Amino acid sequence: MYQFHRGQDLMDLCDRHHLSIPAVMLQAEAEESGWGVEQVRSRIDEFLVVMEDSIQKGLQSEIKSVSGLIGGNGRKLYQRATSGGLCGTTVLRAVSYALAVTEVNAAMGRIVAAPTGGASGVIPGIILAVTEEGNKPRPLAVDALLVAGAVGKIIAANATLSGAEGGCQAEVGSASAMGAAAAVYMEGGSPSMALNAAAMALKGLLGLVCDPVAGLVEVPCSKRNAIGTVNALICAEMSLAGIESVIPFDEIVDAMFRVGRMISPDLRETARGGCALTPTAQAITRNILSQA
Amino acid sequence: MAVSLFDVIGPIMVGPSSSHTAGAVRLGNVARSLCSTQPQRVEFYLHGSFAQTYQGHGTGQALVGGMLGFLPDDERIRDSYQLAAQNGMEYAFFTEDLGDVHPNSVRILSFLPDGSSSEMIGSSIGGGKILVTRVNGMAVKFTGQYPTLITRHQDQPGMVARISGLLSQHDINIAFLEVFRSARGSLASMVIETDQPVSTDIMEELIGLEGVQEVLLVDCTCN
Repeated sequence: MYQFHRGQDLMDLCDRHHLSIPAVMLQAEAEESGWGVEQVRSRIDEFLVVMEDSIQKGLQSEIKSVSGLIGGNGRKLYQRATSGGLCGTTVLRAVSYALAVTEVNAAMGRIVAAPTGGASGVIPGIILAVTEEGNKPRPLAVDALLVAGAVGKIIAANATLSGAEGGCQAEVGSASAMGAAAAVYMEGGSPSMALNAAAMALKGLLGLVCDPVAGLVEVPCSKRNAIGTVNALICAEMSLAGIESVIPFDEIVDAMFRVGRMISPDLRETARGGCALTPTAQAITRNILSQA
Repeated sequence: MAVSLFDVIGPIMVGPSSSHTAGAVRLGNVARSLCSTQPQRVEFYLHGSFAQTYQGHGTGQALVGGMLGFLPDDERIRDSYQLAAQNGMEYAFFTEDLGDVHPNSVRILSFLPDGSSSEMIGSSIGGGKILVTRVNGMAVKFTGQYPTLITRHQDQPGMVARISGLLSQHDINIAFLEVFRSARGSLASMVIETDQPVSTDIMEELIGLEGVQEVLLVDCTCN
């Protein structure tokens, strides 16, 4: 039995069987679904292909979201990635990828929900930028997506991944935790370092509200994916440097769920507060409704 | 049931929203599979959050695209209004209070060229998952993740055994089964979710069973 419910269960399974997080995730999924391990891996590989396609589409073509509010920002930032900018090539590449994917999502293009459509940029941004910058082999990218999935599975089982239920902390916050653990794994960190990075990443975004302008998955969602990506990478760096989260991952997940319940429904995807209630947002909303 | 890896990563879908777009496509897919042929006209009665935000999330295009048989990752969904017109399928959207249902719910009324119609109520419950709660006036409960048989049969002893016996002869395993009836001894219905696909031959055998009045198959499991 390789099923795990909490982060502690996952670390125990890794210890007991001397397995990595992706190996445990594969066994657990194979047990649960009745699929073979290779079948699970090949499905994950298909996800990576769609992630790569959505990045290329977002960077290369002139895309505009359905409302026209966003599009082309991933491409703009990518120009700076080539020179290294202020943040370095890995961070800039990851963030421009994340923006590109969310812009394709907003344009009704094809993406992989990871864990949701609104937070779909963070994980491909991190995994593919780290793969390319570090010349990592493809199977490592598949494993990294399995690590992200393992963290997401724990959050889904103990809290929520839905903005309507938990605010943006449940969507971009969760994606950031999943991406942080994936990045640690790709750099050779241990299972406990991966969950430690996930704890720091989720902790840093606790309380983040979901306040979409005009109710659309565009503003501020796309740029929040950028923040979730940087947050994940810096938490991975901290964990790899030996910095520990004082509060363990499982307790942060529980805290996130409780915070979600305390966030007013006005700030949980209903577009009744936050960014969505600013004068500019209200003018945009009126404009969109008059066109419909 | 444990959370699956694929509940967390995936589905592959067109954006922007798993609940307002991908789930809406799947609801359209189920409604389409209840029709023997492409409907001439489809009416969508939107409830709650679906009614309020359907334009911004492409829910309308998603429902229409689902009725055209597009799967949730089909990039033609963005253009499904034009494609419906080209394929001779009219559509219209209305707002309706469907009562005590999930906020993302819709009633879909399909009109076929032969004058018949079919009706479905379903909800998009998050992450692209759906729950169908009513089919042609029958209360049901299924997710569309498995091939699903909906029977209408006489409420008499032995019906469940007769139907499940036939499925077992064909090596079809029942994953979930629910029986509903309006009153004792009248008509009952069964919702059977299976692990294996159900062929048209098996469908004919099911319809031929004594006491069975109607069998519908919902199979949109290919994504």
